[in-house]
Amino acid sequence: MTPRLQLKQITKAFPGCLANDRVDLKIQPGEIHALLGENGAGKSTLVKMIYGLMQPDSGQIFWQGEEVIMQNPKMARSLGIGMVFQHFSLFEAMTVLENIAVGMDQAVDLKTLEKQLVEISADYGLQIDPRKAIHDLSVGERQRVEILRCLLQQPKLLIMDEPTSVLTPQEVEKLFVTLKRLASEGVSILYISHKLDEIKTLCHSATILRGGRFIETLDPTQETPAAMAQRMVGEKITPPKRTEKTAYGKEIIRVQNLSVESDQPFGNDLKEISFQIREGEILGVAGIAGNGQTELLEALSGEVDTPIDSIVIQGRPSGNLPSNQRRMIGMAYVPEERLGHGSVPDESLHSNALLSGYQAKKLLNRGFIDHKKCSDYANHICDKYKVKQSGINSAAKSLSGGNLQKFIVGREIEQGPSLLIAAQPTWGVDAGAAAAIHQSIIDLAQKNSAVLVLSQDLDELFAICDAICVIYEGRLSATYPISAISREEIGLLMGGITPPLSTPAQTA
Amino acid sequence: MALNPEVIALIIVTIIGAATPLLLAALGELIAEKSGVLNLGLEGMMIMGAVIAFMTVHNTGSATLGIVAGILAGMGMALIFAFLTLSLQSNQVATGLALTIFGLGLSALLGREYVGIAYSGLPKLDLPVLSELPFFGKVLFSHDILIYFSLFMVFATFYFLNRTRSGLILRAVGESHDAAHSIGYPVIAIRYMAVLYGGAMSGLAGAYLSLSYSPMWADNMTAGRGWIALALVVFAMWMPSRVLLGAYMFGGITILQLHGQGMGIAIPSEFFSMLPYLATIIVLVIISRQSSASLAPASLGKPFHPTH
Repeated sequence: MTPRLQLKQITKAFPGCLANDRVDLKIQPGEIHALLGENGAGKSTLVKMIYGLMQPDSGQIFWQGEEVIMQNPKMARSLGIGMVFQHFSLFEAMTVLENIAVGMDQAVDLKTLEKQLVEISADYGLQIDPRKAIHDLSVGERQRVEILRCLLQQPKLLIMDEPTSVLTPQEVEKLFVTLKRLASEGVSILYISHKLDEIKTLCHSATILRGGRFIETLDPTQETPAAMAQRMVGEKITPPKRTEKTAYGKEIIRVQNLSVESDQPFGNDLKEISFQIREGEILGVAGIAGNGQTELLEALSGEVDTPIDSIVIQGRPSGNLPSNQRRMIGMAYVPEERLGHGSVPDESLHSNALLSGYQAKKLLNRGFIDHKKCSDYANHICDKYKVKQSGINSAAKSLSGGNLQKFIVGREIEQGPSLLIAAQPTWGVDAGAAAAIHQSIIDLAQKNSAVLVLSQDLDELFAICDAICVIYEGRLSATYPISAISREEIGLLMGGITPPLSTPAQTA
Repeated sequence: MALNPEVIALIIVTIIGAATPLLLAALGELIAEKSGVLNLGLEGMMIMGAVIAFMTVHNTGSATLGIVAGILAGMGMALIFAFLTLSLQSNQVATGLALTIFGLGLSALLGREYVGIAYSGLPKLDLPVLSELPFFGKVLFSHDILIYFSLFMVFATFYFLNRTRSGLILRAVGESHDAAHSIGYPVIAIRYMAVLYGGAMSGLAGAYLSLSYSPMWADNMTAGRGWIALALVVFAMWMPSRVLLGAYMFGGITILQLHGQGMGIAIPSEFFSMLPYLATIIVLVIISRQSSASLAPASLGKPFHPTH
């Protein structure tokens, strides 16, 4: 059978890095083919060349057996290639229908288009209101719009760049049903992800890239996720080592009856939150996004004022302390948003290291910046946390999401805080790097620091935490020792149901 | 001066005259901003249009050539702006301000020989029969062609933005240049065209000033109208129909202050001269307190790096 798409020896270099080095890829009609690799392995670059957004430096692209030079996305679309982007290519202020019309290559009558759209969305069970503006849609619905936009062009190859990273489990299930149906109709799908479980259930074959190089193509149904992860990273991933702790040191932070009204129109007010963390303890807060995590983080980091007694750090009432003073008494903080909150996007890594680390790492010399020390610090973070960058003078926003996350987490942990508050510490980070971040959080706790981790990822919380609680609609559940509660019970708590089983170790 | 129908008709006619340059320039800027480019050089493009149009008419005697020359002058200025901000990715705000200062200086230099020379003005297009109607004839059917054109352009701009595919693409580029680029639209080329169109309309507005509104050339004769037009676009929340409303409102304030002075109302004339600018500031404040941020094209003023 002639492959639908075949790449031979594709090479693409950017200043300072070889993004793709002689990559081969073959996709058959009706095949769901996974493209696997760590952050910065060259997956996105490769698909951009398939879609005509970039041209390879050398190598050949064959479409249904014929060599083509993919000049631009328009040409790719005319051949039958559709792409659903990781960061959606939608226009917020425009309606669903207008967005789809913009994505079509020929002028279309909006009324006819609307009719087609309604038909095809009913056919595939992808409900959408064509007249709604994009900014009123949920993330899952937005993705539906992108998929519908591709389907209207009757694609022969659909490229999906990390489609599930923003979806809820239910939305993921629906998406897979759609993708499997498309494949059964003969559409080839190139599926980019680093979620190995998904690839195992969905894909027929998988190509692994590492450091821009083609490693191998394998059958994911015949491999264990661990084996695939190992090939992806190139070395065995050691799951974080954790020693069971029985005794903890003195109390580092105590939050009592913390109630905060949200300043966001659709936010969650915090209602009587209480918890405490002791030296050497890692407390996890599980919960579905949008249940008050943002508000809790703002209160803990000092971005919102709270009653002075509601937060006590190291025995000192701190509810009204601003962020920098909280840092002075040993707190470090990894925020949810890495761009604009965790880092200044347009500033260099050097400056970003300085901004949060100048107190703990003493980067100032009589009020002046000690550039040498600051560079050493930034370089140290990049080396230790394997941050791929083209020099510490490159802007924070030029790093890929996962690499920037590693930098931010590294920057905070390396300050040796007595209290670390980390939101989604491994969000968008690949398996190898995630394991390294987990290990360094555990190591930090070994050195008697208290750690609070907020995450939606239960695997993560169960891998590193000593105790766990759940936030639901602005309320925090009781705290349970990690060994005394199961995932199912946590899952129930995340849905707002208190399971009757375990006894909480510390009643809040 | 009594307020008989004749005086009222005269006042309305002058209001229309004062509103037209604002309307033309603001409609042009609206298109540029919808494509995501903030061009603060309106004033500079307008005054260059005014001086070049006047010089051309004086030397050739052709009003048509004068109007065309004014449009080209505005486009020439816009081309400088587009090259700097779109091709070289300079800061749009700073470049726009520089363009205004440059235009004011250059126009004064070019127009030195022409100060104080009079011109008969654009011919009025008296629509047969209709223009002889009492009152309405004068108010509605006895204007020069640029006034009819400006009103037509309100409709044309609305139709273009909301009913045509090209308008949709233009809005898409202004909304998210990255998304438009990833779909495969030539962001820079589209913005070039939008900026050039904005320049053409500003140049036309300038030509209207020096050929029709007050047919002569004087230094700095735009007198801040470019800035008002700029504020109008925000005031109108990027909607052509509201640009029309705003232009006539601001035109009205300008004229009423003149008549107020004429009628000897005991308020200092400086106060009236200040009114349009005060209104602009108040409108800007009121609008910025609402969620107008969501109405503005999301990529407005942001440079586009077509690297990724």
